[in-house]
Amino acid sequence: MATDTRVILICSGKGGVGKTTLTANLGISLARQGLTTAVLDADFGLRNLDLLLGLENRIVYTAQEVLEEECRLDQALVKHKQESNLSLLPAGNPRMLDWLKPDDMKRIVDMLKEHFNYVLIDCPAGVEDGFKNAMSASQEAIVVTNPEVSAVRDADRVIGLLNTNAIKPVQLVLNRVRPKMMANQEMLSIDDVTDILALPLLGLVLEDEQVIVSTNRGEPLTLNSVNSPAAKCYLNIAKRLQGENIPLIDPAEESSGLGAKFRRLMQTKIF
Amino acid sequence: MAMTLRDIINKLLRRQPASASTARERLQLVLAHDRSDLSTELLDQMRREILEVVAKYVEIDVDEGAVSLETEDRMTALVANLPIKRTMTGQIKLKEHKDQSEENSQETEGKDQNY
Repeated sequence: MATDTRVILICSGKGGVGKTTLTANLGISLARQGLTTAVLDADFGLRNLDLLLGLENRIVYTAQEVLEEECRLDQALVKHKQESNLSLLPAGNPRMLDWLKPDDMKRIVDMLKEHFNYVLIDCPAGVEDGFKNAMSASQEAIVVTNPEVSAVRDADRVIGLLNTNAIKPVQLVLNRVRPKMMANQEMLSIDDVTDILALPLLGLVLEDEQVIVSTNRGEPLTLNSVNSPAAKCYLNIAKRLQGENIPLIDPAEESSGLGAKFRRLMQTKIF
Repeated sequence: MAMTLRDIINKLLRRQPASASTARERLQLVLAHDRSDLSTELLDQMRREILEVVAKYVEIDVDEGAVSLETEDRMTALVANLPIKRTMTGQIKLKEHKDQSEENSQETEGKDQNY
C-alpha cells in the first residue's frame, strides 16, 4: 500500500494539444523509474488513452463497472505488457456522463491511491462537467498547451478554474515546440507563454514526427524510442516531477550552424 | 513592449512584424477581457464616463482616447490613454474655470500693488 500518492490532473482546455500523449508517456516514464503508476482515462466521451498505450484489446471492465460494484478494482485495471508498474483504468461508456458526479471520481481515485505512487488523470477537453469531475478528484495539475493563441487562451481559462479550486501546484508543459519557428519569431516563445500564463514550466516537448509513428503502433515513445527528441523531453518531465533538477532544453540550441547564430542575433531584445 | 532586432528591421523596411509579436499582443488583449467579467458594453460605458470626468478638467481628444485592460503575470490593469490637447505655447490646455481665473487675476493684481 502506497502512502503519499500524488494525484495529478493532466488538462489543457483545448483538445488535441497532447494531453493523452503526455499522460501515456509520463505513465511509462514514471513506471520505468520504479514508481507504481495508474493512468485514469477521465475522458468518458472520447476515450483514447487505451489506444495510445496499445491496451485497447485487453479491456474487460472499466471505471463504470467498478463504480457500479460489478467488479473489483483489480479486475478492471489493465496492466501494461512491458511496464508492469503501469496500469490503466479505462474510461467507461459515454452514457456514464449522464450520472457521473465529482464524488464518483473521488471514489475511484481514493481506491487507486491505496495501490499506486502516482495517479495520472487524463482530463477531457473543455471546461464543463467532465473537466470539473476530473478536477474534483485531483490534488495537483499539469496544464498542457501549444505555442498557439487558441491553446494558450484555453489554458488560461483552465488555470483560472484550477486556482479557484485550490489545486496546487499547477505546472505547465509546453508541447509541440518548433525551435526554428521560435527562432524566426513566427511562434510564441517560451517566455511569452510562461509570462502570459504565469505558471512554472515543468518542461517543453519538441515537435517530433515520431509521436505519430508511436501512436500508430500503440507504443509510447518513452517505451522503445528513448532517443527521439520528444521522448527525451517526456523523460525529463518525469524526472522533474520526481524532484530531479534537470535543466530545460534550450530550443535555440536545437538548431545549430551559422543560420541559427544569425536567427539568435535577430532575437536579441533591444529594448 | 520588448522589441527585438528583427522587429526593428521589419519596422525600418515597413514589413509586417513577425507573427509572434502579433500573437502576443492579441493574446494579452483577449486574456484581459477573458479574465475580467466585464462585457465590452460595460467597458465602453466605463470608458465614456472616465472620459467625461477627465474632460471636466483638461481638454482631451475624445476620439483619440482609449481605455483598455492590460494584463501581465495574471494581474489585470485598467489603462487609460487620454491625449491632452496642448495650447500653442505647449502648455496643457486647462478648461477655463471662471472662479479660478478670477482668483488668479486678483492674485496678480495684489502682487502689483506690493511693488
